[in-house]
Amino acid sequence: MTLRIGPRTNQIIAYVILLLMTIITIVVLFFIIGFVFRNGLGQLSLEFLTDKTREMGKEGGIFPSIVGTLFVTIVAIIIATPLGVGSAVYLVEYTRGGVIRRIISFGADCLAGVPSIIFGLFGFIFFVIQLNLGWSILSGGLTLAVMILPTIIRTSEEAIKAVPHSYREISYSLGGGKLDTILKVVLPTSLPGILTGIILGIGRAVGETAAVIFTAGSSLGIPTSLFSSTRTLAVHFYILAREGISMPKAYGTATVLIIIILIVNFVAYRLMHRFIAQYY
Amino acid sequence: MKDKLAEKLLLFIAFSAILSLLLITFFIFQQGIPLIFKAGFQNFFSLKWAPTKGGFGIVSMIVGSLMVTAGALVVGVPFGLGCAIFLAEFSSSAFQKTLKPIIELLAGIPSVVYGFIGIVILIPFIRDTFGGPGFSVLAASIILGIMILPTIVSISYDALMSVPSTYRDGSLALGATRWQTVVMCLIPAARSGIVASIILGMGRAIGETMAVIMIAGNALKIPGSILDSVRTLTSTIALELGYAAGDHRAALFACGSFLFLIIILLNIIAIRVTGRK
Repeated sequence: MTLRIGPRTNQIIAYVILLLMTIITIVVLFFIIGFVFRNGLGQLSLEFLTDKTREMGKEGGIFPSIVGTLFVTIVAIIIATPLGVGSAVYLVEYTRGGVIRRIISFGADCLAGVPSIIFGLFGFIFFVIQLNLGWSILSGGLTLAVMILPTIIRTSEEAIKAVPHSYREISYSLGGGKLDTILKVVLPTSLPGILTGIILGIGRAVGETAAVIFTAGSSLGIPTSLFSSTRTLAVHFYILAREGISMPKAYGTATVLIIIILIVNFVAYRLMHRFIAQYY
Repeated sequence: MKDKLAEKLLLFIAFSAILSLLLITFFIFQQGIPLIFKAGFQNFFSLKWAPTKGGFGIVSMIVGSLMVTAGALVVGVPFGLGCAIFLAEFSSSAFQKTLKPIIELLAGIPSVVYGFIGIVILIPFIRDTFGGPGFSVLAASIILGIMILPTIVSISYDALMSVPSTYRDGSLALGATRWQTVVMCLIPAARSGIVASIILGMGRAIGETMAVIMIAGNALKIPGSILDSVRTLTSTIALELGYAAGDHRAALFACGSFLFLIIILLNIIAIRVTGRK
Protein backbone atom coordinates (compact mmCIF):
# COMPACT_ATOMS: atom_id res chain seq x y z
CA MET A 1 0.00 0.00 0.00
CA THR A 2 1.41 3.35 -0.93
CA LEU A 3 1.07 6.16 1.50
CA ARG A 4 -0.86 9.00 -0.06
CA ILE A 5 -0.40 12.45 1.33
CA GLY A 6 -3.22 14.85 0.65
CA PRO A 7 -2.52 18.21 -0.91
CA ARG A 8 -3.31 19.99 2.38
CA THR A 9 -0.79 17.95 4.36
CA ASN A 10 1.67 18.39 1.54
CA GLN A 11 1.24 22.13 1.74
CA ILE A 12 1.79 22.13 5.49
CA ILE A 13 4.97 20.08 5.14
CA ALA A 14 6.27 22.38 2.40
CA TYR A 15 5.40 25.44 4.46
CA VAL A 16 7.27 24.16 7.49
CA ILE A 17 10.36 23.28 5.43
CA LEU A 18 10.40 26.64 3.69
CA LEU A 19 9.89 28.44 6.98
CA LEU A 20 12.78 26.53 8.53
CA MET A 21 15.03 27.37 5.58
CA THR A 22 14.19 31.04 5.85
CA ILE A 23 14.78 31.01 9.60
CA ILE A 24 18.14 29.27 9.16
CA THR A 25 19.22 31.83 6.57
CA ILE A 26 18.35 34.72 8.88
CA VAL A 27 19.95 33.04 11.88
CA VAL A 28 23.18 32.52 9.92
CA LEU A 29 23.31 36.20 9.01
CA PHE A 30 22.70 37.40 12.54
CA PHE A 31 25.09 34.80 13.87
CA ILE A 32 27.95 36.01 11.64
CA ILE A 33 27.46 39.65 12.59
CA GLY A 34 26.75 38.83 16.24
CA PHE A 35 29.78 36.57 16.57
CA VAL A 36 32.17 39.17 15.17
CA PHE A 37 30.65 41.91 17.32
CA ARG A 38 30.72 39.83 20.51
CA ASN A 39 34.44 39.25 20.13
CA GLY A 40 35.32 42.54 18.52
CA LEU A 41 33.32 45.34 20.17
CA GLY A 42 35.50 45.06 23.28
CA GLN A 43 38.56 45.80 21.16
CA LEU A 44 37.22 49.10 19.95
CA SER A 45 38.57 52.22 21.58
CA LEU A 46 39.59 55.67 20.47
CA GLU A 47 43.17 54.47 20.69
CA PHE A 48 42.50 51.49 18.39
CA LEU A 49 40.98 53.80 15.79
CA THR A 50 43.58 56.56 15.95
CA ASP A 51 46.85 54.80 16.75
CA LYS A 52 49.55 53.72 14.33
CA THR A 53 49.82 50.02 13.55
CA ARG A 54 52.83 48.54 15.34
CA GLU A 55 54.64 45.20 15.00
CA MET A 56 52.76 44.22 11.81
CA GLY A 57 49.44 44.63 13.57
CA LYS A 58 50.13 42.79 16.80
CA GLU A 59 50.12 46.09 18.65
CA GLY A 60 48.66 49.51 18.14
CA GLY A 61 45.64 50.53 16.14
CA ILE A 62 44.35 50.64 12.59
CA PHE A 63 44.61 54.34 11.77
CA PRO A 64 46.78 53.90 8.62
CA SER A 65 44.29 51.38 7.21
CA ILE A 66 41.34 53.67 7.90
CA VAL A 67 43.09 56.49 6.04
CA GLY A 68 44.08 54.10 3.23
CA THR A 69 40.55 52.74 2.84
CA LEU A 70 39.16 56.28 2.80
CA PHE A 71 41.56 57.50 0.09
CA VAL A 72 41.23 54.44 -2.15
CA THR A 73 37.44 54.62 -1.90
CA ILE A 74 37.37 58.37 -2.61
CA VAL A 75 39.52 57.90 -5.74
CA ALA A 76 37.23 55.08 -6.92
CA ILE A 77 34.06 57.13 -6.38
CA ILE A 78 35.45 60.29 -8.00
CA ILE A 79 36.27 58.32 -11.14
CA ALA A 80 33.33 55.93 -11.27
CA THR A 81 30.55 58.43 -10.50
CA PRO A 82 30.79 60.65 -13.61
CA LEU A 83 31.32 57.61 -15.84
CA GLY A 84 28.47 55.64 -14.27
CA VAL A 85 25.94 58.45 -14.09
CA GLY A 86 26.91 59.66 -17.58
CA SER A 87 26.40 56.15 -18.98
CA ALA A 88 23.02 55.91 -17.28
CA VAL A 89 21.91 59.31 -18.61
CA TYR A 90 22.92 58.28 -22.11
CA LEU A 91 21.15 54.92 -21.81
CA VAL A 92 17.85 56.42 -20.66
CA GLU A 93 17.75 59.81 -22.36
CA TYR A 94 19.51 59.23 -25.68
CA THR A 95 18.94 55.66 -26.78
CA ARG A 96 15.72 54.12 -27.95
CA GLY A 97 16.57 50.44 -27.95
CA GLY A 98 18.92 49.53 -30.76
CA VAL A 99 22.39 48.10 -31.04
CA ILE A 100 24.24 50.78 -29.08
CA ARG A 101 21.98 50.33 -26.08
CA ARG A 102 22.43 46.55 -26.23
CA ILE A 103 26.21 46.86 -26.38
CA ILE A 104 26.34 49.25 -23.42
CA SER A 105 23.97 47.11 -21.36
CA PHE A 106 25.89 43.97 -22.19
CA GLY A 107 29.12 45.65 -21.09
CA ALA A 108 27.64 46.70 -17.75
CA ASP A 109 26.01 43.30 -17.10
CA CYS A 110 29.16 41.35 -17.92
CA LEU A 111 31.40 43.68 -15.94
CA ALA A 112 29.11 43.19 -12.93
CA GLY A 113 29.74 39.46 -13.04
CA VAL A 114 33.53 39.62 -13.31
CA PRO A 115 35.08 38.29 -10.08
CA SER A 116 37.28 40.58 -8.03
CA ILE A 117 40.46 38.53 -8.53
CA ILE A 118 40.20 39.25 -12.27
CA PHE A 119 40.01 42.96 -11.48
CA GLY A 120 43.05 42.42 -9.28
CA LEU A 121 44.98 40.76 -12.14
CA PHE A 122 43.90 43.49 -14.55
CA GLY A 123 44.73 46.34 -12.19
CA PHE A 124 48.09 44.78 -11.43
CA ILE A 125 49.17 44.40 -15.05
CA PHE A 126 47.52 47.58 -16.42
CA PHE A 127 47.73 50.25 -13.71
CA VAL A 128 50.61 48.99 -11.59
CA ILE A 129 52.93 47.75 -14.35
CA GLN A 130 51.94 49.12 -17.80
CA LEU A 131 51.00 52.61 -16.61
CA ASN A 132 53.79 52.39 -14.06
CA LEU A 133 51.67 53.73 -11.21
CA GLY A 134 53.16 51.14 -8.85
CA TRP A 135 51.38 49.75 -5.82
CA SER A 136 49.52 52.88 -4.90
CA ILE A 137 46.29 54.50 -3.79
CA LEU A 138 45.80 55.61 -7.39
CA SER A 139 46.17 52.06 -8.84
CA GLY A 140 43.86 50.65 -6.17
CA GLY A 141 41.29 53.40 -6.63
CA LEU A 142 41.28 53.07 -10.43
CA THR A 143 40.84 49.28 -10.19
CA LEU A 144 37.95 49.67 -7.75
CA ALA A 145 36.42 52.35 -9.98
CA VAL A 146 36.17 49.84 -12.83
CA MET A 147 34.73 47.28 -10.41
CA ILE A 148 31.94 49.47 -9.02
CA LEU A 149 31.09 51.09 -12.36
CA PRO A 150 28.27 48.61 -13.19
CA THR A 151 26.65 49.09 -9.76
CA ILE A 152 26.50 52.85 -10.31
CA ILE A 153 25.31 52.51 -13.93
CA ARG A 154 22.48 50.11 -13.06
CA THR A 155 21.20 51.96 -9.99
CA SER A 156 21.38 55.37 -11.70
CA GLU A 157 19.64 53.94 -14.75
CA GLU A 158 16.71 52.75 -12.64
CA ALA A 159 16.57 56.10 -10.84
CA ILE A 160 16.56 58.14 -14.04
CA LYS A 161 13.96 55.86 -15.62
CA ALA A 162 11.69 56.49 -12.64
CA VAL A 163 11.53 60.25 -13.26
CA PRO A 164 8.02 60.82 -14.60
CA HIS A 165 7.91 61.70 -18.27
CA SER A 166 5.71 64.71 -17.63
CA TYR A 167 8.62 66.42 -15.82
CA ARG A 168 10.65 66.35 -19.01
CA GLU A 169 7.72 67.54 -21.13
CA ILE A 170 7.12 70.49 -18.85
CA SER A 171 10.77 71.44 -19.09
CA TYR A 172 10.68 71.24 -22.89
CA SER A 173 7.47 73.22 -23.06
CA LEU A 174 9.13 75.97 -21.06
CA GLY A 175 11.81 76.15 -23.74
CA GLY A 176 14.44 74.04 -21.99
CA GLY A 177 16.87 72.17 -24.23
CA LYS A 178 17.73 68.53 -23.79
CA LEU A 179 20.88 69.21 -21.77
CA ASP A 180 19.12 71.80 -19.59
CA THR A 181 16.34 69.34 -18.94
CA ILE A 182 18.80 66.65 -17.89
CA LEU A 183 20.88 68.93 -15.67
CA LYS A 184 18.06 70.92 -14.08
CA VAL A 185 15.17 68.45 -13.99
CA VAL A 186 16.14 64.81 -14.49
CA LEU A 187 19.33 64.64 -12.41
CA PRO A 188 18.07 66.62 -9.39
CA THR A 189 14.89 64.53 -9.30
CA SER A 190 16.74 61.22 -9.51
CA LEU A 191 19.51 62.31 -7.13
CA PRO A 192 18.49 60.09 -4.16
CA GLY A 193 18.43 57.03 -6.42
CA ILE A 194 21.80 57.93 -7.93
CA LEU A 195 23.25 58.47 -4.44
CA THR A 196 22.04 54.99 -3.49
CA GLY A 197 24.12 53.54 -6.32
CA ILE A 198 27.17 55.53 -5.25
CA ILE A 199 26.77 54.44 -1.63
CA LEU A 200 26.40 50.79 -2.64
CA GLY A 201 29.60 51.29 -4.65
CA ILE A 202 31.31 52.61 -1.53
CA GLY A 203 30.19 49.48 0.32
CA ARG A 204 31.68 47.22 -2.32
CA ALA A 205 34.92 49.20 -2.42
CA VAL A 206 35.37 49.17 1.36
CA GLY A 207 34.86 45.41 1.66
CA GLU A 208 37.02 44.45 -1.30
CA THR A 209 40.25 42.52 -0.82
CA ALA A 210 41.37 40.59 -3.89
CA ALA A 211 41.20 43.59 -6.21
CA VAL A 212 43.14 45.97 -3.94
CA ILE A 213 45.80 43.73 -2.41
CA PHE A 214 47.63 43.52 -5.77
CA THR A 215 47.03 47.13 -6.77
CA ALA A 216 47.28 49.24 -3.60
CA GLY A 217 49.72 46.91 -1.91
CA SER A 218 49.92 46.31 1.82
CA SER A 219 52.21 49.00 3.20
CA LEU A 220 51.44 49.99 6.77
CA GLY A 221 52.69 53.57 6.57
CA ILE A 222 50.29 56.50 6.61
CA PRO A 223 49.91 57.45 2.94
CA THR A 224 51.38 60.81 1.98
CA SER A 225 50.33 61.04 -1.66
CA LEU A 226 48.24 59.32 -4.33
CA PHE A 227 51.31 57.32 -5.22
CA SER A 228 51.83 55.89 -1.72
CA SER A 229 51.17 52.22 -1.25
CA THR A 230 48.55 51.55 1.39
CA ARG A 231 46.79 48.70 3.16
CA THR A 232 43.00 48.95 3.29
CA LEU A 233 41.01 47.70 6.30
CA ALA A 234 39.85 44.58 4.47
CA VAL A 235 43.40 43.71 3.41
CA HIS A 236 44.72 44.40 6.91
CA PHE A 237 42.04 42.15 8.38
CA TYR A 238 42.85 39.43 5.86
CA ILE A 239 46.54 39.51 6.74
CA LEU A 240 45.86 39.57 10.49
CA ALA A 241 43.50 36.60 10.27
CA ARG A 242 45.34 34.49 7.72
CA GLU A 243 48.78 34.86 9.20
CA GLY A 244 47.37 34.56 12.71
CA ILE A 245 49.14 37.74 13.78
CA SER A 246 46.61 38.76 16.40
CA MET A 247 43.11 37.42 16.82
CA PRO A 248 41.88 40.25 19.10
CA LYS A 249 43.06 42.84 16.58
CA ALA A 250 41.49 40.82 13.77
CA TYR A 251 38.12 40.83 15.56
CA GLY A 252 38.46 44.55 16.21
CA THR A 253 39.22 45.29 12.55
CA ALA A 254 36.37 43.04 11.35
CA THR A 255 33.99 44.86 13.69
CA VAL A 256 34.99 48.23 12.23
CA LEU A 257 34.54 46.83 8.70
CA ILE A 258 31.09 45.43 9.46
CA ILE A 259 29.95 48.62 11.20
CA ILE A 260 30.95 50.62 8.10
CA ILE A 261 29.11 48.15 5.84
CA LEU A 262 25.99 48.25 8.05
CA ILE A 263 25.93 52.05 8.04
CA VAL A 264 26.49 52.19 4.28
CA ASN A 265 23.71 49.69 3.57
CA PHE A 266 21.32 51.37 5.99
CA VAL A 267 21.84 54.79 4.43
CA ALA A 268 21.49 53.36 0.91
CA TYR A 269 18.30 51.56 1.91
CA ARG A 270 16.74 54.63 3.53
CA LEU A 271 17.57 56.84 0.54
CA MET A 272 16.14 54.30 -1.90
CA HIS A 273 13.04 53.95 0.22
CA ARG A 274 12.38 57.67 0.29
CA PHE A 275 12.95 57.80 -3.43
CA ILE A 276 10.58 54.92 -4.14
CA ALA A 277 7.90 56.38 -1.86
CA GLN A 278 8.10 59.58 -3.86
CA TYR A 279 7.99 58.34 -7.43
CA TYR A 280 6.47 54.90 -7.68
CA MET B 1 25.22 73.07 -30.42
CA LYS B 2 25.68 72.60 -26.69
CA ASP B 3 23.22 69.71 -26.83
CA LYS B 4 25.08 68.00 -29.67
CA LEU B 5 28.36 68.29 -27.82
CA ALA B 6 26.81 66.85 -24.65
CA GLU B 7 25.39 63.92 -26.58
CA LYS B 8 28.78 63.10 -28.10
CA LEU B 9 30.46 63.33 -24.71
CA LEU B 10 27.83 61.13 -23.05
CA LEU B 11 28.07 58.55 -25.83
CA PHE B 12 31.80 58.42 -25.20
CA ILE B 13 31.27 58.02 -21.45
CA ALA B 14 28.58 55.40 -22.00
CA PHE B 15 31.13 53.16 -23.63
CA SER B 16 33.29 53.16 -20.49
CA ALA B 17 31.85 49.88 -19.18
CA ILE B 18 32.25 47.92 -22.41
CA LEU B 19 35.65 49.56 -22.95
CA SER B 20 36.78 48.44 -19.49
CA LEU B 21 35.57 44.94 -20.26
CA LEU B 22 37.57 44.92 -23.51
CA LEU B 23 40.67 46.28 -21.77
CA ILE B 24 40.41 43.60 -19.09
CA THR B 25 39.95 40.89 -21.71
CA PHE B 26 42.85 42.18 -23.75
CA PHE B 27 45.35 42.46 -20.92
CA ILE B 28 44.49 39.18 -19.20
CA PHE B 29 44.64 37.26 -22.49
CA GLN B 30 47.73 39.08 -23.77
CA GLN B 31 49.58 38.09 -20.58
CA GLY B 32 48.23 34.57 -20.32
CA ILE B 33 47.45 33.05 -23.72
CA PRO B 34 51.02 33.07 -25.16
CA LEU B 35 52.16 30.88 -22.27
CA ILE B 36 49.50 28.27 -23.02
CA PHE B 37 50.91 27.93 -26.54
CA LYS B 38 54.50 28.10 -25.35
CA ALA B 39 53.95 25.37 -22.77
CA GLY B 40 51.66 23.36 -25.02
CA PHE B 41 48.14 22.15 -24.28
CA GLN B 42 49.42 18.86 -22.98
CA ASN B 43 51.45 20.59 -20.31
CA PHE B 44 48.71 23.12 -19.52
CA PHE B 45 46.00 20.52 -19.12
CA SER B 46 48.04 18.20 -16.94
CA LEU B 47 48.29 17.61 -13.22
CA LYS B 48 51.78 18.94 -12.69
CA TRP B 49 51.88 22.51 -11.36
CA ALA B 50 55.50 23.54 -10.81
CA PRO B 51 55.55 26.91 -12.58
CA THR B 52 59.14 27.71 -11.70
CA LYS B 53 60.28 24.42 -13.23
CA GLY B 54 58.20 24.44 -16.40
CA GLY B 55 55.16 22.52 -15.12
CA PHE B 56 52.02 24.49 -15.90
CA GLY B 57 49.28 21.91 -15.37
CA ILE B 58 46.08 23.43 -14.03
CA VAL B 59 43.80 20.37 -14.04
CA SER B 60 43.79 19.87 -10.27
CA MET B 61 42.79 23.52 -9.81
CA ILE B 62 40.04 23.29 -12.43
CA VAL B 63 38.69 20.23 -10.64
CA GLY B 64 39.04 22.07 -7.33
CA SER B 65 37.12 25.08 -8.62
CA LEU B 66 34.39 22.87 -10.03
CA MET B 67 34.10 20.86 -6.80
CA VAL B 68 33.69 23.85 -4.49
CA THR B 69 31.30 25.48 -6.95
CA ALA B 70 29.16 22.35 -7.15
CA GLY B 71 29.27 22.11 -3.36
CA ALA B 72 28.23 25.75 -3.05
CA LEU B 73 25.25 25.11 -5.32
CA VAL B 74 24.21 22.06 -3.30
CA VAL B 75 24.16 24.22 -0.17
CA GLY B 76 23.02 27.52 -1.65
CA VAL B 77 20.36 26.60 -4.21
CA PRO B 78 17.83 24.78 -1.96
CA PHE B 79 18.12 27.38 0.79
CA GLY B 80 18.10 30.27 -1.66
CA LEU B 81 15.06 29.02 -3.57
CA GLY B 82 13.32 28.03 -0.35
CA CYS B 83 13.81 31.51 1.03
CA ALA B 84 12.69 33.16 -2.20
CA ILE B 85 9.53 31.04 -2.41
CA PHE B 86 8.72 31.60 1.25
CA LEU B 87 9.16 35.35 0.89
CA ALA B 88 7.24 35.63 -2.34
CA GLU B 89 4.33 33.28 -1.64
CA PHE B 90 3.97 32.49 2.05
CA SER B 91 4.64 35.73 3.87
CA SER B 92 2.99 39.09 4.39
CA SER B 93 4.25 42.12 2.52
CA ALA B 94 5.47 43.66 5.78
CA PHE B 95 7.62 40.58 6.38
CA GLN B 96 8.94 40.77 2.82
CA LYS B 97 9.82 44.43 3.24
CA THR B 98 11.87 43.76 6.36
CA LEU B 99 13.49 40.55 5.26
CA LYS B 100 14.62 41.34 1.73
CA PRO B 101 17.04 44.12 2.73
CA ILE B 102 18.33 41.92 5.54
CA ILE B 103 19.15 39.12 3.11
CA GLU B 104 20.68 41.62 0.71
CA LEU B 105 22.85 42.74 3.59
CA LEU B 106 24.43 39.29 3.49
CA ALA B 107 25.80 40.27 0.07
CA GLY B 108 27.46 43.33 1.56
CA ILE B 109 29.48 41.46 4.16
CA PRO B 110 33.07 41.37 2.86
CA SER B 111 34.28 37.97 1.68
CA VAL B 112 37.21 38.06 4.10
CA VAL B 113 34.71 38.10 6.98
CA TYR B 114 33.11 34.92 5.64
CA GLY B 115 36.53 33.34 5.37
CA PHE B 116 37.31 34.37 8.92
CA ILE B 117 34.06 32.89 10.24
CA GLY B 118 35.07 29.74 8.38
CA ILE B 119 38.44 29.65 10.13
CA VAL B 120 37.22 30.29 13.66
CA ILE B 121 33.95 28.33 13.65
CA LEU B 122 33.47 25.98 10.73
CA ILE B 123 36.98 24.52 10.45
CA PRO B 124 37.25 23.47 14.14
CA PHE B 125 33.70 22.09 13.93
CA ILE B 126 34.49 19.94 10.87
CA ARG B 127 37.79 18.82 12.40
CA ASP B 128 36.11 17.73 15.63
CA THR B 129 33.07 16.13 14.02
CA PHE B 130 34.43 14.40 10.92
CA GLY B 131 38.17 14.33 11.54
CA GLY B 132 40.77 15.42 9.00
CA PRO B 133 42.38 18.86 8.82
CA GLY B 134 39.10 20.76 8.65
CA PHE B 135 40.35 22.92 5.78
CA SER B 136 38.37 21.17 3.08
CA VAL B 137 36.01 21.04 0.14
CA LEU B 138 33.18 20.78 2.66
CA ALA B 139 34.17 23.96 4.51
CA ALA B 140 34.57 25.89 1.27
CA SER B 141 31.24 24.60 -0.07
CA ILE B 142 29.31 25.66 3.02
CA ILE B 143 30.83 29.14 3.19
CA LEU B 144 30.45 29.70 -0.57
CA GLY B 145 26.89 28.37 -0.35
CA ILE B 146 26.08 31.05 2.23
CA MET B 147 27.84 33.68 0.12
CA ILE B 148 25.73 32.98 -2.98
CA LEU B 149 22.44 32.96 -1.04
CA PRO B 150 21.68 36.67 -1.52
CA THR B 151 22.19 36.42 -5.29
CA ILE B 152 19.85 33.45 -5.58
CA VAL B 153 17.22 34.76 -3.14
CA SER B 154 17.01 38.22 -4.56
CA ILE B 155 16.90 37.33 -8.29
CA SER B 156 14.55 34.34 -7.81
CA TYR B 157 12.30 36.44 -5.58
CA ASP B 158 12.06 39.15 -8.24
CA ALA B 159 11.30 36.50 -10.85
CA LEU B 160 8.51 34.98 -8.72
CA MET B 161 7.04 38.39 -7.95
CA SER B 162 6.95 39.34 -11.61
CA VAL B 163 4.73 36.38 -12.51
CA PRO B 164 1.36 38.01 -13.36
CA SER B 165 -1.06 37.61 -10.46
CA THR B 166 -3.70 36.25 -12.85
CA TYR B 167 -1.62 33.03 -13.03
CA ARG B 168 -1.73 32.74 -9.27
CA ASP B 169 -5.43 33.57 -9.02
CA GLY B 170 -6.32 31.19 -11.84
CA SER B 171 -4.54 28.29 -10.22
CA LEU B 172 -6.02 28.98 -6.79
CA ALA B 173 -9.49 29.35 -8.31
CA LEU B 174 -9.15 25.87 -9.81
CA GLY B 175 -8.81 24.57 -6.27
CA ALA B 176 -5.07 24.08 -6.14
CA THR B 177 -3.38 24.69 -2.79
CA ARG B 178 -0.77 27.45 -2.51
CA TRP B 179 2.01 24.88 -2.64
CA GLN B 180 0.57 23.22 -5.75
CA THR B 181 0.32 26.66 -7.31
CA VAL B 182 3.97 27.30 -6.53
CA VAL B 183 5.18 23.99 -7.93
CA MET B 184 2.96 23.65 -10.97
CA CYS B 185 2.40 27.23 -11.98
CA LEU B 186 4.74 29.83 -10.49
CA ILE B 187 8.07 28.01 -10.68
CA PRO B 188 7.58 27.09 -14.34
CA ALA B 189 6.50 30.65 -15.11
CA ALA B 190 9.49 32.15 -13.28
CA ARG B 191 11.87 29.49 -14.58
CA SER B 192 14.14 31.78 -16.58
CA GLY B 193 14.74 34.13 -13.66
CA ILE B 194 15.40 31.23 -11.31
CA VAL B 195 17.86 29.65 -13.73
CA ALA B 196 19.60 33.01 -14.17
CA SER B 197 19.92 33.39 -10.39
CA ILE B 198 21.57 29.97 -10.15
CA ILE B 199 23.97 30.72 -12.99
CA LEU B 200 24.95 34.06 -11.49
CA GLY B 201 25.40 32.38 -8.10
CA MET B 202 27.63 29.85 -9.82
CA GLY B 203 29.69 32.69 -11.28
CA ARG B 204 30.08 34.20 -7.83
CA ALA B 205 31.17 30.88 -6.33
CA ILE B 206 33.68 30.01 -9.02
CA GLY B 207 35.20 33.51 -8.91
CA GLU B 208 35.37 33.87 -5.13
CA THR B 209 38.92 34.11 -3.89
CA MET B 210 39.72 35.36 -0.41
CA ALA B 211 37.17 33.29 1.50
CA VAL B 212 38.27 30.15 -0.35
CA ILE B 213 41.97 30.72 0.29
CA MET B 214 41.28 31.04 3.99
CA ILE B 215 39.32 27.80 4.38
CA ALA B 216 40.03 25.37 1.53
CA GLY B 217 43.53 24.34 2.62
CA ASN B 218 45.04 24.95 -0.83
CA ALA B 219 46.82 21.58 -1.25
CA LEU B 220 47.83 20.93 -4.84
CA LYS B 221 46.07 17.68 -5.59
CA ILE B 222 42.69 16.41 -6.66
CA PRO B 223 40.76 15.84 -3.44
CA GLY B 224 39.70 12.27 -2.78
CA SER B 225 36.82 13.17 -0.48
CA ILE B 226 34.96 16.26 0.61
CA LEU B 227 37.06 16.34 3.77
CA ASP B 228 40.26 16.78 1.77
CA SER B 229 42.05 20.03 1.17
CA VAL B 230 41.51 21.63 -2.22
CA ARG B 231 42.96 24.44 -4.30
CA THR B 232 41.02 26.50 -6.83
CA LEU B 233 42.10 28.56 -9.85
CA THR B 234 41.37 31.76 -7.95
CA SER B 235 43.36 30.80 -4.87
CA THR B 236 46.38 29.89 -6.99
CA ILE B 237 46.33 33.31 -8.60
CA ALA B 238 45.99 35.17 -5.30
CA LEU B 239 48.49 33.02 -3.41
CA GLU B 240 51.26 33.28 -5.98
CA LEU B 241 50.82 36.61 -7.78
CA GLY B 242 52.69 38.48 -5.03
CA TYR B 243 56.03 36.86 -5.81
CA ALA B 244 55.64 35.33 -9.28
CA ALA B 245 57.78 36.53 -12.18
CA GLY B 246 58.35 35.62 -15.83
CA ASP B 247 56.63 32.46 -17.03
CA HIS B 248 55.25 31.83 -13.55
CA ARG B 249 53.37 35.12 -13.62
CA ALA B 250 52.24 34.43 -17.18
CA ALA B 251 50.92 31.06 -15.99
CA LEU B 252 48.81 32.83 -13.36
CA PHE B 253 47.39 35.05 -16.06
CA ALA B 254 46.68 31.89 -18.06
CA CYS B 255 44.66 30.63 -15.07
CA GLY B 256 42.96 34.03 -15.06
CA SER B 257 42.19 33.76 -18.79
CA PHE B 258 40.61 30.36 -18.28
CA LEU B 259 38.54 31.61 -15.33
CA PHE B 260 37.56 34.74 -17.23
CA LEU B 261 36.31 32.67 -20.17
CA ILE B 262 34.13 30.55 -17.88
CA ILE B 263 32.70 33.66 -16.19
CA ILE B 264 31.93 35.47 -19.45
CA LEU B 265 30.26 32.32 -20.75
CA LEU B 266 28.13 32.04 -17.60
CA ASN B 267 27.23 35.74 -17.87
CA ILE B 268 26.21 35.41 -21.49
CA ILE B 269 24.03 32.39 -20.65
CA ALA B 270 22.43 34.29 -17.76
CA ILE B 271 21.76 37.35 -19.93
CA ARG B 272 20.35 35.14 -22.69
CA VAL B 273 18.12 33.19 -20.32
CA THR B 274 16.53 36.29 -18.85
CA GLY B 275 16.25 37.74 -22.34
CA ARG B 276 17.17 41.17 -21.06
CA LYS B 277 17.08 43.73 -23.84
